[in-house]
Amino acid sequence: KAVVSTQSTGTSVLQETRTFNETPLNTRKCIHVLAKIVYMINQGEQLSTTEAREAFFATTRLFQSKDVTLRRMVHLVIKELPTAPDDAIIATSSLTKDMTGKEDGYRATAIRSLCKITDMTMLTAIERYLKQALVDRNPAVSSAALVSTLHLGKDNSPAEMVKRWTNEINEALNSDNVMVQYHALGLMYSVKKHDRLAVSKLLAKYTKGGVRSPYASCFLIRIACKVIEENEQDNNGPLIDFLESCLRHKSEIVIYEAARALCNLPNLSGKDIAPAISVLQLFLSSPKPTLRFAAVKTLNKVATNYPSSVTMCNLDLEHLISDTNRSIATLAITTLLKTGNEGSIDRLMKQIQSFMSEIPDEFKIVVVRAIQGLCFKFPKKHDVMMNLLSTMLRDEGGYQYKEAIVNTIIAVIEANPASQDTGLYHLCEFIEDCEHGVLATKILHLLGREGPKTPTPSKFIRYIYNRVILENPTVRAAAVTSLAKFGAVCADLKPSILVLLRRCLFDTHDEVRDRATFYLSVLESENPTFINQYLLNTLQSSIVGLQSLLVHYIDNPTKEAFNLNSVPITTAPAEVTPSSKTDDMIVDAPRKPAVPTKTRQEEFAEKLSSIPEFARLGPVFKSSTKPIELSESETEYYVQCNVHTFARHLVLQFDVTNTLNDQQLENVMVEVDAESYHVLGHLACPVLTFNDPGTCYTLLQLPEDPAEVPNTLTCTLKFLVKDCDPATGEADPVGYDDEYVLEDLEIGLNSLFQKVFKTNFAAAWDELDADSQADETYTLTTVKSLEGAVEQLISFFGMQPCERTERTTEGKSSHILLLAGQYKDGVECLIKTKIVYDGAVNMKVSARSADPSLNELLVSSI
Amino acid sequence: ALSSGINAEYGTINTNYFIQTNLRMSLLPSLCTVKGLCILDNDGKRIISKYYDTTDDTFTTVKDQKVFEGKLFKATEKSASEIVSINNYTAVFRSNVDLFFYVFGDSRENELMLLAVLNSLYDAISMILRKNVEKRAIFDHMDSILLICDEVVDGGILLESDPNSVVNRVHVKNEDIPLSEQSVSQVLQTAKEQLKWSLLR
Repeated sequence: KAVVSTQSTGTSVLQETRTFNETPLNTRKCIHVLAKIVYMINQGEQLSTTEAREAFFATTRLFQSKDVTLRRMVHLVIKELPTAPDDAIIATSSLTKDMTGKEDGYRATAIRSLCKITDMTMLTAIERYLKQALVDRNPAVSSAALVSTLHLGKDNSPAEMVKRWTNEINEALNSDNVMVQYHALGLMYSVKKHDRLAVSKLLAKYTKGGVRSPYASCFLIRIACKVIEENEQDNNGPLIDFLESCLRHKSEIVIYEAARALCNLPNLSGKDIAPAISVLQLFLSSPKPTLRFAAVKTLNKVATNYPSSVTMCNLDLEHLISDTNRSIATLAITTLLKTGNEGSIDRLMKQIQSFMSEIPDEFKIVVVRAIQGLCFKFPKKHDVMMNLLSTMLRDEGGYQYKEAIVNTIIAVIEANPASQDTGLYHLCEFIEDCEHGVLATKILHLLGREGPKTPTPSKFIRYIYNRVILENPTVRAAAVTSLAKFGAVCADLKPSILVLLRRCLFDTHDEVRDRATFYLSVLESENPTFINQYLLNTLQSSIVGLQSLLVHYIDNPTKEAFNLNSVPITTAPAEVTPSSKTDDMIVDAPRKPAVPTKTRQEEFAEKLSSIPEFARLGPVFKSSTKPIELSESETEYYVQCNVHTFARHLVLQFDVTNTLNDQQLENVMVEVDAESYHVLGHLACPVLTFNDPGTCYTLLQLPEDPAEVPNTLTCTLKFLVKDCDPATGEADPVGYDDEYVLEDLEIGLNSLFQKVFKTNFAAAWDELDADSQADETYTLTTVKSLEGAVEQLISFFGMQPCERTERTTEGKSSHILLLAGQYKDGVECLIKTKIVYDGAVNMKVSARSADPSLNELLVSSI
Repeated sequence: ALSSGINAEYGTINTNYFIQTNLRMSLLPSLCTVKGLCILDNDGKRIISKYYDTTDDTFTTVKDQKVFEGKLFKATEKSASEIVSINNYTAVFRSNVDLFFYVFGDSRENELMLLAVLNSLYDAISMILRKNVEKRAIFDHMDSILLICDEVVDGGILLESDPNSVVNRVHVKNEDIPLSEQSVSQVLQTAKEQLKWSLLR
């Protein structure tokens, strides 16, 4: 194939414009050269400013020819070439002549070219002609004028002059030509859209009839929808009646637009949308793929909110699973997954299985996500769905697809303990033949964590050790770690694990050998503290925090050893929540970057350390997990508070928003008062303008006795008010002091504890001294359920619930909650709470840590 | 206190409005239904592409556009039926011999509307090419094809949905001149030009 290089095409085509100077003019040749110019621009070739200019001037010569096709090409080229406004004037008069001339063949294109290159200053010269053209008897001319006028408007509002043209636009609206009517309606709406009364008049007139163009009808439906959404609940009746009447229109495009509009309207009941659903159901069996696609796509959306309304389409949807268009088939499957009930799952899974091999990976991922949603909805059916997922794991597929399946299986295991055994087993099978190292290590990590706790841990060892023999170093190292964890937890397996680990000492890769050596000595030491700290509940420091503190340590040499306790702890991994994204048809979703992002905590730490006044306080120990509202967002001043705990201080960060546009606040601060706290200072926010949030800080000394920490602080916002002009924001020079009482701020015990995640709580519990354990029994009268008690305890202590004990089992009357946390001085605390519910909540709280006084504080604080 | 109350109310109205416009399930009323159209060859290479929405970041540069065309082609080259959804767009397409015709719009757009645009474009081209819709013929009639694209969609707005009207407006007079009435030099010139076009491909 002849490939013409960029340079040569551009220049050579431009050289050919010399033809335009020949006499007599060779019309045909000129047309071809013009076509080449447009083609070249369309291919994405960049013309230099001079080149474009030369081409433009050469082209304008061709106005001397009378040939219609040539003239149309000239109009097209003028539109396509990037032209400076100053040059464009050259063509203006010729184009104006063309648009007002007798030759119908190019009047319309002249209008469109002219409006494209013209700017507002030149517009006045052609205004009169344009207005006339709106009602031209030639529909092409009329359409061109209407559409070009619409394009002339900037930022979706039409040019000023158009507002005086409503008579002409109205005349065009009654045109016999369907396109002219459509374009006229578009222009009319853009003129009137900011005038609600005018829009409702427009609707009232044309919803009664007189619209011949199906496109215009679709447009009317859109306007009606917007008005319905903006209106209050009442007086929408006529418009909804109009939408329903459109369901009986003779044109499919209008019927579909109306059905879709009804389905998308908020606050409609299932009964209201039933007629729309029936229409869509008919479309499902249309021979036109686009109509089927449109219908199933809309139903898919409806099924999210009204699954029962869509159930009547299930049979038709099942037929679509074998549709040749895979987009349609995938939409049908995901819709069925939404509307399906527990009884139909088995059949559905069978259908999916036969269908999966035929669709591309992107669609498979959509289906996997939908299955995940279903697993959460019908936990009892996990067996069937797990089986399907494992079959899918074995089938062909790329990394993203496999990752989606693995993540789904893991999420299901976490949510539903009954599925754990089968789930882990399927994952074991998968890593036997898995080409993706990342997934293999992820699964090995999971096996190390969950496997030892299953009834028969021994059956996993074979799968894990196979990885040590067969895989690349990364996976081998992960497998060694996983093995060691089995050895730490399962006493009966320990001798065999030691043998296996010893074999790993001869591995070819040093990371694998190092890990094996390390774990061997930890396990052989028989020291429960070592085993717990190095194998089961390992370091939880935040990587970003550790890095910045180490850099600081190196930069400021001291004789002291680096204190690991000073490193902030990573907040516990976020819970896997049931994904609700199944309704999206994402074929090519952008992937999230895999770089570790800073947590909220780390962001706060960075912000605080940049404030010199707080630098001497040391690192932040903890920031409150979510802002506390001290006033409601509708009030004059909206204030939120974040509490930051340091070793001996509290920093209260107040985020203040001024919601008054006629005030400017200056020197804004919050005064705090409480018995046990000593206020050390304020950092005021200098200026607070309307709707632009600012921050002020208050620094408090923490009481020596931790028992005095839980307290109620009264807060008052103090500031200097200056009245200002809402329009310009300009403030008066003089102001007056004012204050505003905020709600009280509760400081709880939870600000003294950071969450720590213990994967093996029992090991950590046993490691701590049992003699210093403190116990206390309580009866809660205010809480009426187990879940309520669990929720309150977690937020009260601000500690991390471990081993999924934050979830209570339904129907049970007792529960054990395990909490782990770190006190601000670095001491780790564990709390075990037995809760019994028999009409009232009774509970026994036990606390263990290295510090007996802390234990007492914890159990006595409730 | 009264004035401040009113102002606070304004604040909430504004935020509500903001939320509504951002989370809309349906599109705001606008005539601009088409984000773009393109004609690709059987290797996925661009023959003609038009992008109408200058505010859409997906199509800012020629490079972005070609990436999108690549996705379109990949999603449709082995598919027989006329519609596919890509990212936040819906594309309708038709293929013939060695050509692929696409029209695409927002995924919330009325799919049948996009199909109307595609049909107008394809049928008009098919009439001009006398049903001989293939790559060679497109290059031989590049001028008419460009004019058709210009007549069907103007700045994202469907300008004419009836292929007969489109063809009438494009007014291919020169094609209708019988060979005998053209001068010898003109015929030679035509032959030369056609040869050049075939080299340009």
